[in-house]
Amino acid sequence: MGKDTQWPLWEVFTQKKQGAPHEHAGSVHAADAEMALQNARDVYSRRNEAISLWVVPTEAIVGSTPEDVGSFFDPANDKIYRHPNFYKTPEGVKL
Amino acid sequence: MKDNLIEYCLRLADTSLILGQRLGEWCGHGPILEEDIALTNISLDCIGQARGFYAYAALLENSARTEDDYAYLRDEREFKNFLIVEQANGDFGQTIMRQFLVSAFQYYFYDALKNSKDKTIAALAEKSLKEVAYHLRHSSSWVIRLGDGTEESRQKMLNATDELWPYTGDMFDMDETEMELVKQSVAVDVRKIKRLWDEKVKEVFDEATLPVPENVFMMSGSREGKHTEYLGFILAEMQSLHRAYPGVQW
Repeated sequence: MGKDTQWPLWEVFTQKKQGAPHEHAGSVHAADAEMALQNARDVYSRRNEAISLWVVPTEAIVGSTPEDVGSFFDPANDKIYRHPNFYKTPEGVKL
Repeated sequence: MKDNLIEYCLRLADTSLILGQRLGEWCGHGPILEEDIALTNISLDCIGQARGFYAYAALLENSARTEDDYAYLRDEREFKNFLIVEQANGDFGQTIMRQFLVSAFQYYFYDALKNSKDKTIAALAEKSLKEVAYHLRHSSSWVIRLGDGTEESRQKMLNATDELWPYTGDMFDMDETEMELVKQSVAVDVRKIKRLWDEKVKEVFDEATLPVPENVFMMSGSREGKHTEYLGFILAEMQSLHRAYPGVQW
């Protein structure tokens, strides 16, 4: 396989409004953090999508793999005592 | 006074329009995807600024002329854009060097212009300042990375500086039209912001390990509509469709 001549890859997270979580928007290539931030601004906030940006080097992100799904996520589903379903909501409280 | 104000608006609009047109030439040709978008974003910002000033000129003139008429039906001698913005794009280094030199000027210019006694001009300046702050940040970052980069990138930035420096003086010329508006506190005396521009250029050039040129003969004449050989070609391309199909609508 040939040598990859691309700049490092960075993942971009955008925040739509105050208090909202930063959500994954895509990725950009850049040589360093400042360039990554500017590229993210140019590519992912052209049309009012964001008031805040995070850029993270892709290699810094550790993710679960498809093989993990069984052991990580399945056991949670069939144990109903783990889910918050057995208390009364006080009157007037909206969920 | 009103004629001077219209003329002033057209000058500001022309500079932004021609710069926007030049940057538009990069569409689809950027060195990387992200930069293709960055340059065309800046181009759209410039065109937006041009539209703002053309629209105000049209309002003041109160004739049948619209923004389109100013942009597409005036001839070379009527355009008053700065000489530097009509220079060739060259390679990416030259384009970004031109952007830095112009954006540094526009940053201090709009920052001063936002205090204009003319409310419309002040509002346009305030809005443009935000955009130009980003143009300056973006182009400065690149001048530093390319200047203090490899031998090849540094040489290209030196070449770009040599190519563009003679056109920087033109940005700081003042004539009677603008002096009269300065007396009314409507326009900016650009000689007063030269020092700020010099400092910014030195700051960025120092970090980019590029020498600031000295004792270079300055080209001039844009206020009188005297241009370099490039403007004719830029206008021919930009105006061709409108002139071939008068009154065409999208």
